[in-house]
Amino acid sequence: MSTLAEPALIAATGRRSRLAQARRFVRRNPTIVAGGVILGLVALLAIAAPLFAGDAITMHPALRLRPPPEQGWLGTDHLGRDVFARTIYGARVSLIVGLSVAAISIGVGLFIGLMAGYFRRVDAVVMRLMDGLMSIPAILLAIALVALTRASVSTVIIAITIPEVPRVVRLVRAVVLGVREAPYVEAAIAGGTPTWKILLRHILPSTIAPLIVQATYICASAILIEAALSFLGAGTPPEIPTWGNMIAQSRLFLSRAPWTIFAPGIALALVVLAVNLLGDGLRDRLDPRLARRM
Amino acid sequence: MGAYILRRLASTVLVMGIVAVFVFLLLHLSPGDPAAIIAGDNATTEQIDAIRRQLGLDDALPVQFFRWLLAVLHGDLGISIFSNEPVLKLIGQRVEPTLALALTTLIVAVTLAVSFGVIAAWKAGSWIDRLLMVVSVIGFSVPVFVVGYLLIYLFSITLRWLPVQGYSPIEQGFWPWIERLILPSIALGLAYVALIARITRTAMLDVLAEDYIRTARAKGVATSSMLLKHALKNAGVPIVTVIGIGVALLIGGVVITETVFNIPGVGRLVVDAISKRDYPIIQGVILIFSGVYVLVNLAVDLSYTLLDPRIRY
Repeated sequence: MSTLAEPALIAATGRRSRLAQARRFVRRNPTIVAGGVILGLVALLAIAAPLFAGDAITMHPALRLRPPPEQGWLGTDHLGRDVFARTIYGARVSLIVGLSVAAISIGVGLFIGLMAGYFRRVDAVVMRLMDGLMSIPAILLAIALVALTRASVSTVIIAITIPEVPRVVRLVRAVVLGVREAPYVEAAIAGGTPTWKILLRHILPSTIAPLIVQATYICASAILIEAALSFLGAGTPPEIPTWGNMIAQSRLFLSRAPWTIFAPGIALALVVLAVNLLGDGLRDRLDPRLARRM
Repeated sequence: MGAYILRRLASTVLVMGIVAVFVFLLLHLSPGDPAAIIAGDNATTEQIDAIRRQLGLDDALPVQFFRWLLAVLHGDLGISIFSNEPVLKLIGQRVEPTLALALTTLIVAVTLAVSFGVIAAWKAGSWIDRLLMVVSVIGFSVPVFVVGYLLIYLFSITLRWLPVQGYSPIEQGFWPWIERLILPSIALGLAYVALIARITRTAMLDVLAEDYIRTARAKGVATSSMLLKHALKNAGVPIVTVIGIGVALLIGGVVITETVFNIPGVGRLVVDAISKRDYPIIQGVILIFSGVYVLVNLAVDLSYTLLDPRIRY
């Protein structure tokens, strides 16, 4: 609409320009802002949990299954533990797992993908291995990996990362194959630039935008899989309050104490929704070609 | 065409071979002694040694792999540690509820999602199009078990319309069977519907922008015929592709749905095996589920030529 006039206007108004810019960003990227704000708030609550959330661990058998207005903000569970405190602390594991899985799988996938895309000999072998790995349903693969080792947050992170890596490898490889024949890369090769420098300086930058988008989707799927693993009893040890553990332990009390299931359930859905919104917004902004289609 | 099918079959065999290697290595490359893992936390040294001898774990890894692979190819997936029964037999006993749940969900979800996507593309920007966006965002964000408990709380506990959980074999009557599958299918199918409907909408939007659609309209082809015969058929390839890829969602979801709704299927078998550390069961189920996934996607690839005769290999 007024895209042409706006920059001039902003420059002219001086002090108000920052605010106007921010407002324009919100208007143009509502999903990025909504997702980012929700995630920021949840992260803040998770970090500041010890300051306000209260005790998430101590059991009060006398106060078991009390409904919300009676005991605490969100009532108590079957062992008399405070559901509000547990829900707040539960955000910690979800966020740590989501962020770690996204970071590690992007890192590992980026390296393998660059190698596979650039070196033809590596490509054939690596891509067959990735095809095989991708044919194993992610949740089952993670269950198997966790069942083998002692359950801990780091095992869960590794178990969820492994099935995500092939998706990153495919994405990076596709980008590399597209860029590799570009004139500026050929020029660099002809000019005798060392291979590592070509990969880092000329090819890596093209993968960043799609990888940022992919990282948010991986984060969302990691949070969902972590919760599912905990729910199935193949995840984080039961004594750690996670949303999946809370739901698993409250299963038998659905009709008597629905808040014990729906408090962590809604928190989980809200966080995943926020990450997905952020991802959709970033995709629209960073990859206009895809934005039109979805 | 014949050569293509052969090549595609060969690559399927290769992928399944790699899956088998991964499934085999899972147990053997994990930190710790496989015999000790299988025996469990409270096993004595003698029990661990017995298991090691029984499974031939002292042989070289490739020897063990080919012995295991040969057994698998003969339909022997090993013996359950806990119940001492063949894994294949245990899976066979549990396969009916899982198949019933997966197939009803697949059929209902694909029908719903494709119609939803076609209408959303036809009426792009309308309330039904926006509804689809909302449903798809929710479908991707709310986990299967949360949807499941919400449905149970609403329709079984509060409204008392449907039974809470369980499974009733179809031999004992159609209504008790379908009645217990309604809620699990909705919970399981939500993400699948979201995925397929979104792709259907996108693919239809592309096709509806083509010149021949305008031509069809101009010469007075009925709307339904224009949408289904002219447009949907040409949008078929991406839709069928995502139906195949999305089967992974169903397979992972089955494990969770069966736990939520207490359905005694293959998914429950795996979940029960986790706490008992019954590794042969976990291995066997992964192998079979991965095989199903690979075969479904093989079928999808081969169906392209039927959908679009221009595709020749």
